[in-house]
Amino acid sequence: MKALRQYLDKIKPNFEKGGKFEKLHSTFDAFETLLFVSNKTSKSGVHIHDAIDSKRTMAVVVLALIPALLFGIWNTGLQHFLALGQADADFWQVVGYGALKVLPIVVVSYVVGLGIEFMFAQLRGHEVAEGFLVSGMLIPLVLPADIPLWMVAVATAFSVVIGKEVFGGTGMNIWNPALIARAFLFFAYPSKMSGDLIWVSGMSKGEGIVDGYSGATALGDAAVGKMAGLADGGVFDLWNSFIGIIPGSIGETSTLAILIGAVVLLVTGIGSWKIMLSAFAGGFVMALGFNAIGANELMNVPALHQLCLGGFAFGAVFMATDPVSGARTEKGKYIYGFLIGVFAIMIRVFNPAYPEGVMLAILLMNTFAPLIDHVIVQQNIKRRLKRVKVNA
Amino acid sequence: MSDKEPLFSAKNRKLISNPLNAQNPITIQVLGICSALAVTAKLEPAIVMSISVMFVLVFANVIISLLRNTIPARIRIIVQLVVVAALVILVDQILKAFAYEVSKQLSVFVGLIITNCIIMGRLEAFALGNRPWQSALDGVGNAAGYGVILIIVAFFRELLGSGTLTLPGLGTLQIIPQIVYDWGYVNNGFMILPPMALITVGIIIWVQRSRNKDLIES
Repeated sequence: MKALRQYLDKIKPNFEKGGKFEKLHSTFDAFETLLFVSNKTSKSGVHIHDAIDSKRTMAVVVLALIPALLFGIWNTGLQHFLALGQADADFWQVVGYGALKVLPIVVVSYVVGLGIEFMFAQLRGHEVAEGFLVSGMLIPLVLPADIPLWMVAVATAFSVVIGKEVFGGTGMNIWNPALIARAFLFFAYPSKMSGDLIWVSGMSKGEGIVDGYSGATALGDAAVGKMAGLADGGVFDLWNSFIGIIPGSIGETSTLAILIGAVVLLVTGIGSWKIMLSAFAGGFVMALGFNAIGANELMNVPALHQLCLGGFAFGAVFMATDPVSGARTEKGKYIYGFLIGVFAIMIRVFNPAYPEGVMLAILLMNTFAPLIDHVIVQQNIKRRLKRVKVNA
Repeated sequence: MSDKEPLFSAKNRKLISNPLNAQNPITIQVLGICSALAVTAKLEPAIVMSISVMFVLVFANVIISLLRNTIPARIRIIVQLVVVAALVILVDQILKAFAYEVSKQLSVFVGLIITNCIIMGRLEAFALGNRPWQSALDGVGNAAGYGVILIIVAFFRELLGSGTLTLPGLGTLQIIPQIVYDWGYVNNGFMILPPMALITVGIIIWVQRSRNKDLIES
């Protein structure tokens, strides 16, 4: 550790103004602050800072994503071998196959995203922002395992440039960049992002797949009225959906792994419990309401089950809590989270063409988050003004 | 203004060149966006639309400029509308007669040239106060500025969205070869959807302003 610090100190002058590699200052700065907490002192305003700066915050979120990633790797392999009818494949075979499918997506997402971030930082002469550390991990986790890598690259580039840099970089974006990438893929390449064939790795090639094996997701099945899998003992029963041994995007299937991540976020105080809680509450209440109506098959899915299916848990825990694109006022967080839950279930139920209502719900509420905050702030001002008048 | 001023004096040339860049109706004044979104999924309708707008704008500019001293100020909008509407109907009928397929693709958007903000804007801002020749040049310039953006947007949308380019008289040309598709390339369906037209226009605005710093608002 010390040797590293000394080495950095030794080469640092090269990157300062007037040094040999002056132009690469922001690149050096990025690595230095990633390895060590910045020793810069503020010149004005707040002088007391926590050591937990954005880079360390992001690192914790990435850590919280690890359970979902590991589970996703295993599940990708498992689903593949189930489709081949080789349920007895041993653990390492399964993990090996999953890793071979998932890790390249992670690498592509990071290389492309960070590459663009560094490029923009160099061009604009500011520090490399840390926002992509999390986005780079979120993007692979919300994609199906069989997505072609070049599509991952195109979507990542789109989300970083159009979703973030256009607005001024990390901290200025209106929408969650990872969801922009997913939405882009969803609308640009629907054949690779929806349907029954893409959720289980190897399914679309169709080689050696067991006769009659359906790679459909629970929501895909329910949307066409096939409810057998969702009943007790079916492929998508409550337990399986909670543990996550069902077809789906890489990181979204296991509610359990996501909840472990949620605990990490909540214990460290990085994710907002208000948003998570109200998102789950919103989804639960909405699903209960639909249960009461019960006009189509998706309406009849039990409320608890709804929360375990699709990307609901993943969205509520990792996407909705994004501090940049979400609501920032404390009261606003409840409204923001609740409406995400409500809209996610509503889109899912009413529009079977978009079973992934969570993505659209969060993007929609991202758009409205500033409005919610505005109303809350104005209310507060009004309330306090009233008090002044009464006292006067 | 003296009568001896040459037809293409520096000032008159500016009437054409300005709207192409620093005064572009779409990227700078942000007018005529609706049709830029609607007709740019393929190249051919975009080209036909640009030509139609140029025809309407030039003749409307000239006619209004000729009438400018006789139109009572109070009813000038109505007079302008009548002139523009007459020209648009003319264009619509010509398209239906000679380019029926394109006319079907453009559907209501030919009729909607009447409400294209660029046309009314130029009539109000320029033709009512300038002589016919200048007004004609202004019409050519602004319609060209509009058309250039339309064609750039349509070029990228059709190329990336369908892998083809449709040119008037040549039909649909497959630009991206089949072998690329065999390697796994897929057309980007998002490019065909209207939001992508908006984003493409946005990127053009971005590129233009980063090349010409004077255009950046404070």
